[in-house]
Amino acid sequence: MEELKAELADILEPSKRDRRFLISLLQEIQQRLGYLPEDAMLALADFLGVPGSTVYGVATFYNQFRFAPQGKHQVKVCMGTACHLAGGQLVLEAMSRELQVDVGGVTPDRTFGLERVACVGCCALAPVVVINGAVYPRMSPPKVEEVLVNIKLGNREHTIE
Amino acid sequence: MVFDEILRRAKQEWESFCCGDVPRILVGTATCGRAAGALAVVEALKKELERCKLQATITEVGCIGLCSFEPLVTIIKPNYFTVCYHNVTPQKVPVLIESCIANDDPCLDLALGTVDRDERGAVYIPELPRFEHEYRVLLRNCGYIDPSNLSHYVANGGYGGLKKALGMAPEAVIEEVKLSGLRGRGGAGFPTGRKWELCRKASDEPKYVICNADEGDPGAFMDRVLLESDPYAVVEGMTIAAYAVGAKQGFVYIRAEYPLAVERLEAALHQAEELGLLGENILGKGFDFSIEIAKGAGAFVSGEETALIHAIEGRRSVPRVRPPYPAEKGLWGKPTLINNVKTFASVPPIIDKSAGWFSSIGTESSKGTAMFALAGKLVNTGLVEVAMGTTLRKLIFDIGGGIRGGKRFKAVQIGGPSGGCLPESMLDVPVDFDSLRQAGAIMGSGGIIVMDEDNCMVDTAKFFLDFIQKESCGKCSTCRIGTKHLLNILEDITAGRGKIDDLNLLAELCEDIRGGSLCGLGRTAPNPVLTTLRYFRGEYEAHVLEKKCSALVCKDLIAYYILPDKCERGCEHCVLACPAKAISPGRGGVKVIDQSKCTKCGSCQLVCPPEYSAVVKVSPVSSLPR
Repeated sequence: MEELKAELADILEPSKRDRRFLISLLQEIQQRLGYLPEDAMLALADFLGVPGSTVYGVATFYNQFRFAPQGKHQVKVCMGTACHLAGGQLVLEAMSRELQVDVGGVTPDRTFGLERVACVGCCALAPVVVINGAVYPRMSPPKVEEVLVNIKLGNREHTIE
Repeated sequence: MVFDEILRRAKQEWESFCCGDVPRILVGTATCGRAAGALAVVEALKKELERCKLQATITEVGCIGLCSFEPLVTIIKPNYFTVCYHNVTPQKVPVLIESCIANDDPCLDLALGTVDRDERGAVYIPELPRFEHEYRVLLRNCGYIDPSNLSHYVANGGYGGLKKALGMAPEAVIEEVKLSGLRGRGGAGFPTGRKWELCRKASDEPKYVICNADEGDPGAFMDRVLLESDPYAVVEGMTIAAYAVGAKQGFVYIRAEYPLAVERLEAALHQAEELGLLGENILGKGFDFSIEIAKGAGAFVSGEETALIHAIEGRRSVPRVRPPYPAEKGLWGKPTLINNVKTFASVPPIIDKSAGWFSSIGTESSKGTAMFALAGKLVNTGLVEVAMGTTLRKLIFDIGGGIRGGKRFKAVQIGGPSGGCLPESMLDVPVDFDSLRQAGAIMGSGGIIVMDEDNCMVDTAKFFLDFIQKESCGKCSTCRIGTKHLLNILEDITAGRGKIDDLNLLAELCEDIRGGSLCGLGRTAPNPVLTTLRYFRGEYEAHVLEKKCSALVCKDLIAYYILPDKCERGCEHCVLACPAKAISPGRGGVKVIDQSKCTKCGSCQLVCPPEYSAVVKVSPVSSLPR
């Protein structure tokens, strides 16, 4: 709790108390903490002088915000149009099966999180999966296990063709 | 600093960049290049140069639009011809350095072509078939200049437009934009000059200029590439617009999912300020203008202008009723000009070269060029810019190189999730605002996705509706509830539970959603359903009546089957790959799928060696051999 307060003070103090910074402050909090804890949203409401419901309403409206901690390795399966046409859904299902976690969920040990994302703009390489910022091109269900094993082993550089 | 001095210094810098004594290596490192491994190539180049103790400069440039050839590396040697290499990997780097930099072997077998004409018979890049059909105005600098060096932009004609504009009356600038016939590139195609005029005439103060860079269409990346490869053009366009309408403050509303575009735009703004091209008293003409970046938090509806204004104000981006239009009452209730990235980027060349030049490109009602992101089942995916009025056939077959793997063309989806799917018979439709609307699609912001015989149109409509339904802001009940019902019906049809009456119900619901929704998202949401119903009704009927998906996509209507006479008895690839353990050797070692266990993931088909190709999909499920 003390830690959270210090982090928040760090983020909020340099900012103006203006409603228009609500979204950018939420973005910064999530950037630092990985998600938006309830206490942080309440503190932000206090700081901006708006009701907590306003902050919650804005935060839940936008796709970017998370309300629970993510996995250490967040697996983002692209569900843009090009990826969908190239079989992205099958890749997402394979990830879900392999990690034994539902889409949007996190494994019990918080090692992996799984989410679907809208287009990441690599349509020429469809279907793609993004993990820790690395793009895995031309994915398919049989490649899923190999990718995950390599991440567990710490082979971050590994990409497969 | 006066402009002439800025220009003189920029030309000097460009000159030394182009005609230096050491070889130069350009690597395309826009997001698409990075995804294909461009940064690893940059690292490998640096290491190899150091190892060989060779001198060369490495410059990261933007994207020239050839996505399927990324990473691209261009090597420019003094007194030697310039060669561009495609699909470069770190493994190819030592060869390139050794032959091309250390010696005079251009390694033409690894090259896409040459940038200068050469007698040795190598492909001359500007003569590649696709470039013949292109007309590059917005993309002119992309991939050629260093997007983090303002001098490169200025030396190539940049800021000539602003200099000229500041010497004109604001009304004259607006007149020029009106004469050019430029229409909004965000999709709706509203005449840009008229929008500017409305904002100019609004009496309230202060006024704002907003650049809409909330490119939310899945499969569209034109704005991203422009901001990553030539951010200055957008900044200059906004500055001219601000002068014309009388604004002092601008905002770029950009997706947070585009970190590199944000980074390059930030750098561009900073440099423009340093040179006095932004900030107070721009170019000594007594005009002040500054630009702030607002990062979007991910909501498709934010692309709608009133919704976008709410987002900048720190609210939920929900659209509101127009009028009043933002030009009269926009950001914080003040007159606000909102244009798309490509619209702003079109402005500097119009002012610099004249409205007449711009209006000589394109068709009667749609002037200038259009930029498209080509994706899907094409040979050459990537970014293209063509004159308005170019046909879809030319885009897909001449520039896109046709369909990959010898498959048959089925449909082209244009205009994003709320665009339409057009069949082969519509391929000769010219791409302009009005022709596309007549065909049932929209120009949208410029995503073109091509589908082949392996794509199911009902599934495609379902995919778009799933997206739209999730992104509906919820304000209008026809959109919020209507799209959910459309999705439910489509799910029923793809699961084999559809009734033939559903097809009429779909069409009826579409009309209600279109008529009862406030903003463009709701009003165009039915397009994917309406166009697929109109052009591919047979597929819907087959799903409903025969429980058959002819493209073999809809899971509930297909089954996997191993052809006994093709299955190689000793091979166990599919058995090992099946995650459901549904495959086992049957009589004589031929593999058999237990249909009750099969999850239809398709792994068996992917791992079955191509020389056997024993795994097939069948539809309807009842056609499965006993």
